[in-house]
Amino acid sequence: MACRRVLLLLAGWPPVVPAAGVNLPLPVTAIARDIYDLHMLLLYITGSIFVLVFGVMFWAILHHRKSAGHQAKHFHENTTVEIVWTLIPLLILVAMAWPATRLILLQKSSAGAELTIKVTGYQWKWHYDYLDDGVAFMSHLSTPQSAIRQVADRGEHYLLEVDQPLVVPTGTKVRLLLTANDVIHSWWVPQLGVKQDAIPGFVRDAWFKVDRPGTYRGQCAELCGKDHGFMPIVVVAKAPADYQAWLAARQKTAAANLEDPNKVWPLAELMARGEKVYTQNCVACHQAGGKGIPGAFPALDGSAMATKDKPGHIDIVLNGSKKNAAMAAWGKQLSDTDIAAVITYERNAWGNHTGDVVQPKDIKAARGGKA
Amino acid sequence: MTAIDSALQPAHGTAPDHHAKPQGIGRWLFATNHKDIGSLYLWFAFSMFIFGGVLALCIRAELFRPGLQFWQPELFNQFTTLHGLIMVFGAIMPAFTGLANWMLPLMIGAPDMAFARMNNWSFWLLPPAALLLLLISFAVPGGAAAAGWTLYAPLSTQMGMGMDLTIFAIHIMGVSSIMGSINIIVTILNLRAPGMTMMKMPMFAWASLITAYLIIAVMPVLAGVVTMVLTDRHFGTHFFNAAGGGDPVLYQHIFWFFGHPEVYIMALPAFGIVSHIIPTFSRKPLFGYTSMVYATSSIAILSFMVWAHHMFTTGMPATAQLFFMYATMLIAVPTGVKVFNWIGTMWQGSMSFETPMLFAIGFICLFTVGGLSGVTLSIAAIDIQLQDTYYVVAHFHYVLVAGALFSLFAAVYYWFPKMTGRMYSEFWGRFHFWWSLLWFNVTFFPMHFLGLAGMPRRIPDYNMQFTDFNTLASVGAFCFGLGQLIFFANMLHSLRHGRPAAARPWEGADTLEWQIATPAPYHSFVEAPDLEVGENGRIDAMHGGKHH
Repeated sequence: MACRRVLLLLAGWPPVVPAAGVNLPLPVTAIARDIYDLHMLLLYITGSIFVLVFGVMFWAILHHRKSAGHQAKHFHENTTVEIVWTLIPLLILVAMAWPATRLILLQKSSAGAELTIKVTGYQWKWHYDYLDDGVAFMSHLSTPQSAIRQVADRGEHYLLEVDQPLVVPTGTKVRLLLTANDVIHSWWVPQLGVKQDAIPGFVRDAWFKVDRPGTYRGQCAELCGKDHGFMPIVVVAKAPADYQAWLAARQKTAAANLEDPNKVWPLAELMARGEKVYTQNCVACHQAGGKGIPGAFPALDGSAMATKDKPGHIDIVLNGSKKNAAMAAWGKQLSDTDIAAVITYERNAWGNHTGDVVQPKDIKAARGGKA
Repeated sequence: MTAIDSALQPAHGTAPDHHAKPQGIGRWLFATNHKDIGSLYLWFAFSMFIFGGVLALCIRAELFRPGLQFWQPELFNQFTTLHGLIMVFGAIMPAFTGLANWMLPLMIGAPDMAFARMNNWSFWLLPPAALLLLLISFAVPGGAAAAGWTLYAPLSTQMGMGMDLTIFAIHIMGVSSIMGSINIIVTILNLRAPGMTMMKMPMFAWASLITAYLIIAVMPVLAGVVTMVLTDRHFGTHFFNAAGGGDPVLYQHIFWFFGHPEVYIMALPAFGIVSHIIPTFSRKPLFGYTSMVYATSSIAILSFMVWAHHMFTTGMPATAQLFFMYATMLIAVPTGVKVFNWIGTMWQGSMSFETPMLFAIGFICLFTVGGLSGVTLSIAAIDIQLQDTYYVVAHFHYVLVAGALFSLFAAVYYWFPKMTGRMYSEFWGRFHFWWSLLWFNVTFFPMHFLGLAGMPRRIPDYNMQFTDFNTLASVGAFCFGLGQLIFFANMLHSLRHGRPAAARPWEGADTLEWQIATPAPYHSFVEAPDLEVGENGRIDAMHGGKHH
């Protein structure tokens, strides 16, 4: 134990003040700090090995060269030396494995969590569900498309900002249950020391306990298709009292926003809402102009599906495409009102002027048939 | 009857037809000569290296600045995917097979590869596979495969037709490399000249032999797993679809059971090459030949037990993480032994620093950097932070570019005189080395920092905090790429105008290929020589042996 303390003491020097951009970011959980220290320890050990081994080699290059008149000696083995340089690396590895094992066991001990949040990866956004508190929401990239094209529109957190961050209390053991809806994603926030793949059809867990309030940013780490680089993660840690206040406010708005499923919407309102839903969910593939991407993602503008076959249109949005796995079953993600709005929007936007209005109750009826 | 009889009769007195050097395009299309096929492999690998390099530059151009300037994200993903596949299956693996074809028979005193016609077939399968991947798959609706070279399911079940073409290309390239490996194994085991015993034969032969076994063991696994993706895509199976009772992580287990030995398929031949070049230019026998053989074998065996270290973030149980972490760390031991042996060879030698030696020393230094960052990654707890970041990109480019590629350059410069009968330009060779060394590090060293600071791999755009190092890496990549044209020009020019080479242009070279004329006769060792051999294929005496 003393030995380990000495090692970690060495590793902790210099004390955690990472130079911006060349080392792991400032850790804000105990685990992330341990990872930081262990990485420093490894860096010192491997760095010393490199300097030592190649010091010897470059000494030889300098002195045992033909141009310096050095004559070759003709030895070609030495059992003692060979045993020594097999054993020493082995011992160094054992010394590394000891703190590493301890840390792995700690990373894996998610028992005793005080708050459980279910995280679902979608192409290309994250869904957070506070299982015990009745709060759930989708978290999208909030960087505008224009910023990707124009430098002037870029803020400090370009591509690392979302519309609704995950909010957690500080000093609380938070357990994440991760899964995915379509392909494998990976939930990663470096300062928390958490990276866990979100795998469709399976639930994996991870945990963290944040020390201090703040905003911590990360990204999806597993290639998940075309907008893999555009699904950031933002975690806002609040003091427990602030967190409770946030939670209460969220629960209140959630209750207020419960929509009457039988309300009949006018076309203009559905269009306005539909455009919002389209921009958040559909634009990545079908594009803002509804032209899609030829060969990969079909056009909606002028397509038979979006101008004639209304039941088919509702079906493919609700249940996904059987031919193209990239078209998700949105019925699992969006409310009846959102789906009605987006379908209405698609049937009346661009060059589509069908005048069709799809109401939430139509979606409810369509769901009824399937469920 | 008489016609057949006379055809079977060797035509005494006249030069027999099958010994004449074939001419024209037929010489290459119907090639059965190991030197011709070796050259075909090397030219093919070099052209793939250029293609793969252009794809890399497309990637680096987009990453020069934040924002999307050149490509849409889906095209960017196609570039990263194809860059990886082309470099692994089109450039590095065929290049090593080509070298083995060229040099193995010369180094062990065999007349040719064991199966000359299969040799022809294993080469000629490659160009159609490359066409499928490169030209056709970019042109089909939906474009080329964009799931990364690892082709993880279920992402790979979403892709368009480009994925099917990729799967088919992988099947073809797999068949090709399996046949190439069978040829290498049989040649080494059966066609060694008298006196060339297993524990005396050159390290390059050992490395090729062990690599060939690895290929035969794991290429069918890759073929199997991509076939499972194919049936998931088209025939209603659910191997990797959880909704149908499948498991997406199963794909990763099978893929990496292939994928990790694959890393050593690209590294072991490099070890073999360096184990000849270092002794030659140190004018001193290889230190610890026997332990080198055992180290190579143990690396090969261990490579089958570490695959899940690519999957530490999938959420394995702690015990599995510990097992794969310990097993992975263990690989550092035999790898370290090899590095120590090379330095032991240089120690007290009489070194000179021609281009092959420069590349070999560059290989040892930079490969070790990749090895040490590999040890860091093997620690599962740390890997949680580094998995799927640019740190990993830096790590495997240190191993594959500075490892496999530098060793290939070393090998080509080293054996160029024997292959062509001419010397390359030493000045431009050294220039190529120093240029590549500089820009390689400018390109890839900053990627360690990017990964640590939190930049995921395979993204076409990034936050401004990552700008400086990305810009630096892009500048480095373009300069590195340009430098390879120096190599190409040097080779082309020297092929015609190089100074004629001596039979043994390197003072310290003592293996069998340096005992015969330069350039190597078209049909070397048609009659096996009688050899007295020392460790690492050192020829103490040669009697007999005939060439045409």
